[in-house]
Parts: sequence; structure tokens; C-alpha cells
Amino acid sequence: MTPDTDVIVEQITLVIDGFEVTVPKGTLVIRAAEKLGIQIPRFCDHPLLDPVGACRQCLVDIEINGRAFPKPQASCTIPVEPGMIVKTQLTSPVADKAQKGVMELLLANHPLDCPVCDKGGECPLQNQAMSNGNPEMRLDGVKRTFEKPVAISSSVLLDRERCVLCARCTRFSDQIASDPFITLNERGALQQVGIYEEDPFKSYFSGNTVQICPVGALTGTSYRFRARPFDLVSTPSACEHCASGCDLRTDVRRGKTLRRLAGDDAEVNEEWNCDKGRWAFKYVTATDRLTVPQIRDESGELVTASWPEAISAAAAGLSRGAAVLVGGRATYEDAYGYSKFARVALGTNDIDFRSRISSDEEREFLAARVVNNSTTYRDIDKADHVLLVGFEPEEESPIVFLRINKQFKKRALKVTSIGSKESIAVEKLSANFICVQPGQEAAAVATQELTNKSVILVGERAAESAGLLSATAALADRTGAKLAWIPRRAGERGALAAGAIGNLLPGGRPVSDAAARVDIASLWNVDSLPSEIGRNADQIIADVNSGQISALLVGGVDPLDGPSPAGTIAALEKAFVVSLEIANSEVTKYADVILPVAAITEKSGSFLNWEGRAREFETAVDSLNRSDLRILSMIADELGHSISLGTVANAAKEIATIGNWDGASVATPSVSMASAHSVSGDQAVLTSWRRLLDLGTLQKGEENLAGTARRTVAVISPKRAAALGVVDGDLLRISNGNGWVMLAALVENIHDDAVWAPRNSAGSQLLANLGVAHNSVVTVVKA
Amino acid sequence: MSEQIEPMNEKEISVNDIEFAQIEQTGPKNLFSQMQGFWVTFATMFKKVNTVNYPEVKEPTAERFHGRHQLNRYDDGLEKCIGCELCAWACPADAIYVEGAANTDEHRMSPGERYGRVYQINYLRCIFCGLCIEACPTRALTMTNEYELADETRAKLIFEKEDLLAPLRAGMLMPPHPMYPNTTDTNYYKNEIKSSHPSQEVSN
Repeated sequence: MTPDTDVIVEQITLVIDGFEVTVPKGTLVIRAAEKLGIQIPRFCDHPLLDPVGACRQCLVDIEINGRAFPKPQASCTIPVEPGMIVKTQLTSPVADKAQKGVMELLLANHPLDCPVCDKGGECPLQNQAMSNGNPEMRLDGVKRTFEKPVAISSSVLLDRERCVLCARCTRFSDQIASDPFITLNERGALQQVGIYEEDPFKSYFSGNTVQICPVGALTGTSYRFRARPFDLVSTPSACEHCASGCDLRTDVRRGKTLRRLAGDDAEVNEEWNCDKGRWAFKYVTATDRLTVPQIRDESGELVTASWPEAISAAAAGLSRGAAVLVGGRATYEDAYGYSKFARVALGTNDIDFRSRISSDEEREFLAARVVNNSTTYRDIDKADHVLLVGFEPEEESPIVFLRINKQFKKRALKVTSIGSKESIAVEKLSANFICVQPGQEAAAVATQELTNKSVILVGERAAESAGLLSATAALADRTGAKLAWIPRRAGERGALAAGAIGNLLPGGRPVSDAAARVDIASLWNVDSLPSEIGRNADQIIADVNSGQISALLVGGVDPLDGPSPAGTIAALEKAFVVSLEIANSEVTKYADVILPVAAITEKSGSFLNWEGRAREFETAVDSLNRSDLRILSMIADELGHSISLGTVANAAKEIATIGNWDGASVATPSVSMASAHSVSGDQAVLTSWRRLLDLGTLQKGEENLAGTARRTVAVISPKRAAALGVVDGDLLRISNGNGWVMLAALVENIHDDAVWAPRNSAGSQLLANLGVAHNSVVTVVKA
Repeated sequence: MSEQIEPMNEKEISVNDIEFAQIEQTGPKNLFSQMQGFWVTFATMFKKVNTVNYPEVKEPTAERFHGRHQLNRYDDGLEKCIGCELCAWACPADAIYVEGAANTDEHRMSPGERYGRVYQINYLRCIFCGLCIEACPTRALTMTNEYELADETRAKLIFEKEDLLAPLRAGMLMPPHPMYPNTTDTNYYKNEIKSSHPSQEVSN
């Protein structure tokens, strides 16, 4: 579906129902008819799936250069030809009768349970039976029944008797997600969708099959029986879970989000999204939501306060010299609010959105190579080679995986992955896997050969290996390949552009550049801006602990995501903490002033996805909660340094006037790689990443989704397994000076020196348990 | 509001320009014609009285009078409502609110997969047109002849499921309880269940 402007496609003219239409060669008849506004009924046809002609509903009469097909043909499988004359059900009684016959056959075994079916009211079968079917049923036999529903995974249910065997779900799983966990079993009248005996339908993309099912055969467990289409108020939204930037539709009934569907954006997510984006939204209505401001009193207890009290307490505390930690989940506008607040109201550049393991090398890399980067999904479509560095696309940015996979399926796109453990995505993409010891990725990157049509996708975990980002930037410079940085969180690219980081002002303006500071100072109507480059997140924590910073403004940060959770918690205990949060968290436990803010569904705004593309969303649920921006504005007014950002619209307008920096940019860092760890005996170098479905805060309250998470295992190499005398399933104990985790072993393709475990899954919270997550020596023994 | 309100154009019409019509006296001209006017009143005094002494005396309504709704039960006590919301969909006054939920083996309110967990009719909105009754696929919703629907507060006029459910008759058991042994929802729908079975009794 991606129109490639480089290739000129031959145009073909044909006649449909007496109207001439010109379409590119290779277009299917059904699509050419759509162009004329002629709707041919269909079930199996889907523009993003290969034609299959399974349902036979789209039969039309076709004649080519005077020679007619003897029987009606499926218009979803036949490409247009010059001189073709097509007669649809509108002009051909034969086609009309054929369609009605097919519909009657499909309905022969379809139960009349529309009143209890979730699809009722938005069902293509229901609609097309009304528009293109016979009003009377001639069959009066007993309908085929199956046991129902069958849970093909904890989040998808299958009612086999409703299935019309269009094979959309199985084709999606096979062609788009490469998770062929469902298939058509049996043949003839008994044919049905089924799962393999041992494997449930554990795909990260299973929700899409529910959305594209043209009948109610596949339904989502969480939405089952919850509402009818006419109950729902739909709002166009953007996904807050990762930096892919999916377009979504949020369906709300009486102030409660009941479901989210993938939107249609050909440039980004096409028509798909991942299960996390689809089903993880209940955290908003979780029971521990904050609704009123709270202040810690003299006795150390949190007490409810009025807004004016809380705002003045916050202002008083922050005026003593504060730093700002804003998590990577803030919207672009909110991040801009934090950025402006830090500079104008607090007079500091001590702000960092990276509430995760980060480095100064990364900060320079972001300033030099990312903030104005314009690599897009389209570049992946056109790439001759995709190199993945410190990036696991399926787990960390699923739509990027789908995009690479699409090109892999279409034209065997060459993919290379540099890492320590071969992942499922690497296997699915038949990628060339370059296995290195954790921390030694830079050396492998330096020797890669790419062209100027190649794309390097580097993940946020690259910051965890010294020298890796420098080496990646150098590779891009040497080969001319396109470079893109793909963070895991939705707000990071926006926070970077908004200058929520110590070395940059909004629009990628370096703090160190006097002209850039003047630019922003005049926009913000202040005399000057702080000129010293701000501390990074780690230094902020360290300097709170050493007493140099006395207050922290924290928004949406989980201490367990950072490099040393113990240090962060100590800092939170020590400092005067103002916390802007939607729900109780590790931070609010230690906060001195808690200000409740609006969740993503309760406000409008935008995210910048990894491409830097704005993903706007509107308020889906009415609430009294205010956005971070509004609250920051109130505190700033109280401090006497107004930031005048009352509304999201105001902020968006102000951001739009900034524009990108056209002056000299920051130099690309050149950090050299650290030497390899020498490990012996039971020692191993730990490596890890976060799974898509894990213990993340935004996945709270959705057990059905959690049920499809991948198994928590510790992965070791066959050599290490042999040395330890371990087979698959044996318990392994991974430990260091800080603690231990105990996990079932899985012997797979991983570097012999390495051990892998999920970073934040049940039973394996590495940062909380071990205090490290990557590139650190641990002891692995059989438990 | 900073916009200026446009001044009225006073020149177009003024009170002085309006001419008033003369009022004519049209009362009765003499005593006889006045008495004649009371004849209907006098004659009515000897006719049969149609009014009743409501509320002490109540007369039955017409058989098909559209009164308060009722949510019916199958003969073993299970609810007929499947929470499909077709009544709410059909309602022209948006007076019905339904939320469906799934039956489980431990908690079964109706035969089949689905039951109405929340069922509300707002009698301040209901126009008693009966479209909901027509829409109901299981004959769960019917209308009674009950017409005394007045109360002191708005909240009291939103009837909940327990206000609308039919009372248990002899042989019925209060759900949740299992379905009649060896039956499906089709047997229920065909009205083949005539009473509850001892195995359906569970201590709730």
C-alpha cells in the first residue's frame, strides 16, 4: 500500500458498471470499484493482507476484450486488465444472485445470536446480510454448533460457530505478525479456526485479529459483553505506551474507557497496533488514583490540602533550589512546561527526562544526532539493510517490528542485529545476529558495512554500553546510512525537543550557545537564561544525597527504572519532593507535596514518536483533573516567575513559534568502548531488556493482557548450561552483592559469557533486586 | 463579552403608530339567555357518574394498557434478560440503560452466556411507547398495567433491575443458580422448562 514515488506504475483503464476508471496496474477489481464508490460486499478481503478469495462474497461478472468468464469471479483476487468490463451486483443479475447465494450459504451455519454477540451493531456480516442478502432463509435444518467460547489466549475468545472462514485472522498472524499460532483446522463443513495443541495464541499483536474479524468469532475477553457500539463515544487518540506513535480510537461509555482500537494511519501504524496499546488502559481507573492535593505535615503524615495551600507549599519548597525529574511519559506540551518551568521559575538547567539508565554520552548524542533527526518509517520501507543496535523491535517498539517484518516478507529485507542474546524477533526476521559480550557492541558496530540506503535503528539501551552511541554515529557518518534513535517511552522524543534535558533548550538549541539562549529568553520574555549545562539525572540524585540540591520536582518517574533505585529513594527521602502524579507511587510515598494530575485520557496534547512526528490526541474522558502544564503554571505564578502556560492549546501555540535551531549543533560524542569483562566459572555478564508485557505501571489492572506475557526465564548458552549441568526449566540463581533472582533456565543462542533475564517481569525485577540490568558481572548458579 | 450590542433602530416603529381595535361588549342580553347557558350543567346532575373515588377505588385499565415494565423469569426462576441492550437501542427517549455481563458456572443469572448486570429504566423519560417490548429478543421485557408511577424525587423514578424483576412464583428459585440439568438455552427459549429441578437449588 506504500506508494513508492521512485517507480512509475503503468495505469490501466477499465469499465465497472458502465463507468470508466483508471487505476495503477496490479490493482484488484474490488479496489478499483471502491474508487468509483461502488461497494462490493466482502469478508475476507483486507487491503493490507494478501488476497485469498476465501469467502466468495465479492463475486462479479467479468468480461475481458469481449470474452466473458463463464462464471462470476471473486473481485478481491483478480487484478485489473486493459479492456476489462466488470458488472457488479448493481448491474448484473447473475452477480447479484451469486452474492445472495453465497450469503445464504454463509448464514446457513451462522447462529442467530446477534443479541449476545459483541460484534452486533458493527458487524460486516450483519450489515451485508441486510444490504446484499435474501430477507428470507430457506434452510430450516439444525445449525452446526460448537462449544463456546474457546479461550485461544487469556485475552482473545473464539466462538467457532460464528466463523465464516475468511482467514483474515490466520493471514494476519502469518503475514503481518509472523506469529502463526492460529490456523484453519479440519476441512469442509467442519473447518474451523484453531490453535496448536500446546501453544496458546501468545502473540503481541493478537488484538488486531479481533478488530479485523468480520463477524463476532474473535472477541476480546476484557470487552466481552461490556457495551454496544451506540453506547460508545469515540475519540481519536494516540498511544501513550511506546514511541511507535500509533493512531488509536478510544471508546468511552459513561466516563469509562471500555476499549481502544487501532486507528488507520498509513504512514505510521497502518491499521495495526500491539496488544499493550489496545488493552492496557485500566491503570487510569485504578483504585489508587490521586484526586486531591496532599501535603506532608510536621508529624510526617500526608494530609489533604486545598489547591492554594498545596501550590504555595510547593512553591515555598522549590524556591530553595530545585532540580526537575520528568519521566519519559509526559506529553510534548507537558514536557515543554517542565522545561520552561525549570529555566524560568527555578532558574536552572538541572532537568532530565531520562528516568532510566542513561549516560552523558547519550545526552550529547541526543543533542547532536537525534533532536533534529528526520528518519521515518518510510526510510525503513526503502532501506536495503536495517541494523539494530541495542534495540529489540518487537519488545520495545512493536510497530517498528511490523514495519521491518513487512519489508522482510515482501522483499527479504536484510536485517542485522548486534546484541548478546538472539531474540524471537531476530529469528522471525531471519536477521544476521552478531553475538558479542554485553558492553562490547561498539566494536561490532564499527566493522559494519552499510550503504546510504541503509537504516540504523539504535535503542535507548545503547546508552548502557559506553562508546556504543559514539560508534553508531561514526558508522552513520562513515557509510551515509540513516540513523534513528528509538526510545521505549512515548514522551522521550517530545521531551528532548522540548528541552527537558540539561544541555538543550527547546527546539534543539544548545544551552552552551549564547545566541540560542537569547532566542529562547526573548520568546519567554525573560532577561536571561541559566548558561551552565544542567546536571543529568544521575548527578541530580547524587547531588541531592550530598546536600547540594534541596528540592526535587518529580513528574511521572518510577525510582525502580533508574540505575540505582536505592540511591534514588534515599534522595527522595532527603529532598523536599513535589510530586505530580496520577496515582500513588514509589515517589508519592516520600513526597512532601502531592499534586494530582490528569491521566492521558483526561487531557489533550501530543506525543512525538521516534520519527519526531506529532501524534495528537484529544480529551476522551471529562474530568476535573488538570494537566501538568496547568499546575506548573500555578506554581510558577506563586514563585513570581510566570510561565504563562495555562492551557495545552497555549503551550502548543508557543511551541509552534519556536522552530528548529539552525545554528551550530553540539558535537557528536566520541567515547571509547570499555574493555571486556573477564568472567570465569560461575560468573556471567548480565544483559536484559524490558518485555512488552511486564510489570509496567501502565499495565496495571489488566489481568487478561498479563496472561499473554512471555514466560519469565533466565537465558544461558548451551556451553554454560553444560558446565552448570542445567537443562531447560531448572532453576537458576542470579546474584550479585545487592541481591538475587531465581528463574527457570532456558538454553538458547546467547553469548557464552552472558546471562539474560527480563528486566521488569514477575519474579525478575532486575533493577530492584540486583541494582543492575546490563553490562555488569553477576554470579549464575544452579539453584 | 466585549462585543457591542447593536442599538435598536427606533425609527422603524413607535408605539404611537399602533392603532388599537375597539372592544365590543358581547355578554348575555337578558336573564333567560343566562339561564339557558346553565341548562347543560343542570342536566348533567342527573346523569350516571364516570369518575371513581381514586385512590380508594381503582378500576382496571384496558387489557393492553402500557404501564410499568417487568423483567420476566423462566419457570425455574432464571432471568430471561440477556443484557443485549436492544431495548435501549430501540428506545426513542433514551430511557433505558443496560450493562451486560458474562454468566459463569458459579454465578448464573440467566441461561446462556450473557445476562443483564445493570438494568435501569428512567420513568421520567419513558413515554410508554412499547418499542422496547417489541425489540426484546427473549420476551424478557414486557409491560404491566401498573400505572401508579409518581414519586417525590427524580432518583426514585429511575427503576433498578430489582424493582423491575417479576416476583418468584411457585416452582421458581432465586438466581444465581445452575441451569436445568441437561438443557441448553435453546430449551429455555422454546419454553420447555416448566419448573425448577432439585439439583438447581444451591445455598446462596
